[in-house]
This record gives sequence, C-alpha cells and structure tokens, in this order.
Amino acid sequence: MEQVTNNEILKIEKLKKYFHIGKDKQGPIYVRAVDGVDLNIKYGETLGLVGESGSGKSTIAYTVVGMYRPTSGQILFKGKNIGMEASKRPLSIKKEIQIVFQDPGSSLNPRQTIEQILALPFRIHTQMPKRQFREKMVELLEKVELSADYLYKSPPSIGGGEKQMVAVARAMASNPSLIVLDEPTSALDVSVQAKIINKLMDLQKEMHLTYLFITHDLSLMRNVANRIAIMYLGKICEVAEAVTFFEKPLHPYTQMLISSVPVITEEEKKLKPKKVISTGEIPSPVNIPPGCSFHLRCPYKMSICSKVDPEMIEVSSGHIVRCHLFAKLENKKTRKE
Amino acid sequence: MNNKILLEIKDLHVWYRVYGGYLKVLNGIYLMVREGERVGLVGEAGCGKTTTMKSILQILPPGDFHIPQGQIFYKGQDVLKMSFKELQRLRSREIAMIFQDPTAALNPVFIIGTQIGDVIKYSSAFEENVHQEKIKTLSTKALKEVSLPDPERMLINYPFQLSGGMRQRVCIAMAISSPRNLLLADEPGTSLDVTIQDQIHRLLNELVEKRNTAIILITHSLGVAREMTDRIYVMYAGTIIETATAEVLFKNPVHPYTKGLLASIPKISGGGIAKGISGKLPSYLNPPSGCRFQPRCEQESPICSEEPPQLLEIEKDHLVACYLTKG
Repeated sequence: MEQVTNNEILKIEKLKKYFHIGKDKQGPIYVRAVDGVDLNIKYGETLGLVGESGSGKSTIAYTVVGMYRPTSGQILFKGKNIGMEASKRPLSIKKEIQIVFQDPGSSLNPRQTIEQILALPFRIHTQMPKRQFREKMVELLEKVELSADYLYKSPPSIGGGEKQMVAVARAMASNPSLIVLDEPTSALDVSVQAKIINKLMDLQKEMHLTYLFITHDLSLMRNVANRIAIMYLGKICEVAEAVTFFEKPLHPYTQMLISSVPVITEEEKKLKPKKVISTGEIPSPVNIPPGCSFHLRCPYKMSICSKVDPEMIEVSSGHIVRCHLFAKLENKKTRKE
Repeated sequence: MNNKILLEIKDLHVWYRVYGGYLKVLNGIYLMVREGERVGLVGEAGCGKTTTMKSILQILPPGDFHIPQGQIFYKGQDVLKMSFKELQRLRSREIAMIFQDPTAALNPVFIIGTQIGDVIKYSSAFEENVHQEKIKTLSTKALKEVSLPDPERMLINYPFQLSGGMRQRVCIAMAISSPRNLLLADEPGTSLDVTIQDQIHRLLNELVEKRNTAIILITHSLGVAREMTDRIYVMYAGTIIETATAEVLFKNPVHPYTKGLLASIPKISGGGIAKGISGKLPSYLNPPSGCRFQPRCEQESPICSEEPPQLLEIEKDHLVACYLTKG
C-alpha cells in the first residue's frame, strides 16, 4: 500500500467545495461545485479531467493551485496537505504547482511586455540578480519556439497561439513538477492546437512534468492523456486508462459523451456507442437531483437510481465507475462465488 | 442532385474600411447551393465565413464595408442590386439565419413570445392581416417542433430564464416559424456543450430534411461538417480553396491546407496528433499578393506568390485552388 502512495504526486480525498450564494427559509443555499471527489495523479502522467461546463472541473483545478480553500476534504501533494489558499502555502510548494489558463488574452496583462510577464516568476522564486533574468527568459522562450525579440512585444500584438505559448513559458519558469492545464487550447483553432499540444508533450518528457489536463474535448484526451476521469455535477463518474475508455466505456454518461463527438473517419465511427444518444441538459448545481445525479438523463434508469447515490466500484484494475448498473453485477458475482 | 440552383455567389470581394486603409477580407468567393441541399462552409476563426453569410443577407455593418466586385444571385436575382423593399422580403420570407451566440441573438428585455411573434408577423405581413391569436398558435407550434418542453409557458419567459441550449432552440424555432427556402446556420452549436451541440445538430438535420430546406452550415469543425452536410467548402483567409462532396473531401483532400487541417484533428481512435500548420492567418490589410496560403505552405513554388490560383475542377464536383493540381 505504501508503495502506491509513494507513486502519487497528488492525492485528492473527499474534496468538497461549496459556494455560498444566499439563503432562504430552509437555511443557506450553496452551489455544490465539487461534491466529494477522490482522485490521484501519478508522477509523470497526464490525467485528463473531462466534463461539460458546470460540472466543477475548473473548481478542482483552482482548488489544487490554491485559488480556493476547500470546504472539506484533503489535497495531498507529495504527501503534504495543501488544502488551503495559496497565500498560506509555503513558497516551496507554490513553486511546484503552476497553472495555464484557458484564455491567454485575459490571463496575460495587456499593459505589460512579455519580458515583464516572464520576469515575475523569477523575481518571486529565485534569488537571482536581475541581470541574469534575461538569459533565462530567452532560454524559456526558445523552449516554446519563440525568438528572443518577443521579449519586447506585448500580448495584444501577437497571435492567440503565441500568447498561449507565452503563458506556458510563464508556468514553466519556476521549474514546477505539476502543471494544471485548464482548457489550454479550447480558445484556439485546431491547427494551432496541434502545435501547442505537441509542444506540451515534448516539454513533459524533457522536464519530467505531471499534467492535470482539464478539457471538454474527448478526442483530444484520447491522444494526450494516460488516464481519463469523467466528471458530472461535482462528482467523478468514471476513471480509466485512455485506451479502455474508448473501447469499453461503462458509465451511461461516458457513452453519451463519446457518442456526441463529431468524427471524421469510419474507424472512429465504429467506436461510437450507438445505443445512447444525448438527451436533456446538465441540471443546476444548486438543485442537484437526489440519488445518482445523472438519473434524469440516463437511458438505463432504474428505480434505485433516484433514491440512492451509487458508490465507486472498481470493475477491473484501474477502471473505476460510479453507477448502479455495475453494482448489481458485482453483487451477482459475489453471490455466485 | 439535379435540383435547380438556389443561391450562387460569383467572385465576391468584401472590404472593411478601417483606419489606414481597407481590410481585404473576402477575396473572390465562389459558392453555390442547390434547392434542398445541405452545404458546409468550413474554416478557421477569422477566415471570413460569417462575412460571407452576412453579405448574402446584406446585414454587414452599414457604412463600414465596400464591395468592389462580385455578384450574389438568389433565384436568379442579384442581391447586391436589390432595392430595400426587395431585401426586406428576402430577409423575412426567403432566407433565415441562426447565429452562433443565442444569448446575443435574443433581446434580453422582451419575452420569447414577442420575439417569435415578430418574426411571424413580418414574414406574413406582406399578404394578410395576421391576428394575435394565429401568431400565438404558430409560435407554440414552432416551439413544439424544436422539442422545447411546455411551449405555452415558454412564450412568457425571458431569455435569461432559459439555458444556453434552450435559447439556441428558441433561435431555431424563430428561423423555422415561417416557411423558408434557405437557412444560414452560423456555428449553431459552438457556444454549447458537446452533448447539447449534438442534440442541436440532430434537431437541425431533422427539420431540414422534413421541410426540404437548403442549409448552409458554417462550422470550424470538420467532424460536424462531415456528419451534417452533403457538400463542403473549405475556406482560408477569404478565399474558397477546396470544395467537394463530404465523402470525397475526407477520402481525397488535395489542397495542402485541407490536408493539414484534417491531420490536426485529434481522433478518438488514437494515433497521436500531427504537427499542425505553422504560422498564422495573414494580415488582411496587406494580404500576400498570390495565393493567400503561400506563407504557411510547405510546398510553395515561385508562381504561388505572383498570382492567386483559380478554382479548377479536378473531377466532378471537386474544385481546388492550388497550383499543385495543374501538375
């Protein structure tokens, strides 16, 4: 057991994050953005966290980097609890966890030059004299295939893909070990996306990075992530290796997601589950339905689904699913045995 | 596919007036839609897809644009030479448009009923005196057709009371509330989640098939275009670079840009991602003199920067604008 924990760079246990939005006669009203999530990330892997908007995937990202304090639960980074705001974390941990945001147009200050933007992590995390910054910054820019003259440009004067490259360089500046990528390419075109993803993958090998990759694009995840976790209304539905995920999707929601992906080849068409077609919409996280939160849209709905919230079940090694359909199977198996 | 030609755009150029000159956005667009045909217009952000659609309806920002040359024939009549009254008729009776962002397309201070009612009222105001009662039944019918729950109650809701997917359904209901011959759908699913996007696309497909309406679907996703359309136009920096039936385009892409674009798309069957296309869209203020893709092209030759290539037919219904195809 101990060895397994040593393998993990980040371990999230029963994480909850509620946002207080008001109150009525029954008491305070909360948005239950993250509602009991268990997740672990191993050293050097890419974990894809996939979900629709409003499923709480960005809330997890922001809690991991310390922009939010968790309501309850633990986040263990290399064995140390980091379930607090970034301002209370020691500098050594802040240095290790970095984030790349979705929209580079708003995550880079338009009034600063790239030089000023890239200098900040060095000023905070190193004791280096200012003269040496420049050298390091040019090195960083070279890593993301930008020339040194970009230092004197400002974000509005460069393209979207280049801006995101600068944001990636900024995240790499403090030499981190875990990088949270919050939909880094969803604001960009596919041809640019391909370039950035390839660069990120190269950098991962070169710098031994671990990625928590958040996205709503399943086909991208298939090619990038080692493992994928699907989120729905603040809870994890299914976790599996990327390959098993597409060959044997178990949770009805996963099947619905995969069947909604527009594809371009016949090969891919065969992979799409045909039985489940998408219906309904994600409910508001203020009024999460009782029982399994997905039962309103589920084609395999049973009577138990609207009453009891299913538990996480390990179907095969590393393939975890949270659905009553498989709980039944499990019970049958044990009965037979 | 021997239907009559409904819409034909010939050599359309559209420029936008800005400080320091003109943005030469559209540079010779050729596009043709037959009756009842589903056509896809694919290209990356900023390549002029929406400008093309807006010029069909003549809803470009007034005073800021200039059309140096080109013709848009709708049922044999040139849209660019139409009088205001004829244009009004075109917009209210013949062509409907669905916009990308339903939140911006609906007016936040009017209830849904008023907004759909207006569309119905002006689409039939030319002929008969429509009664309030009839407008209401027609709007309810339209909302029912886009499978919105409880259409009666929906009529008295404001847009903010609905979710993004429902708002887009309302916009589609507005477009189909009176019979139209051509539907312009400008990325109808892009601002929505994948599952909702899938629902909206399926709904549009059903409606179009049932009514035999022609549709031009704009999208930046080739996957969507493949599933939704019969024929696809690929656009780059204000020019049509390749067009073919959906089947042929995916099997046998010819233009280097189409090839690069197809290779950049991640697939759910795995296999990694190609390296993408380096560079970015050219500036429209001073676009390259020859082929507009030439600065990013890996197979460029000296002739590419001299004169823009013509759109040539290499097989039936498969046209490409590239010097490579000449051999």
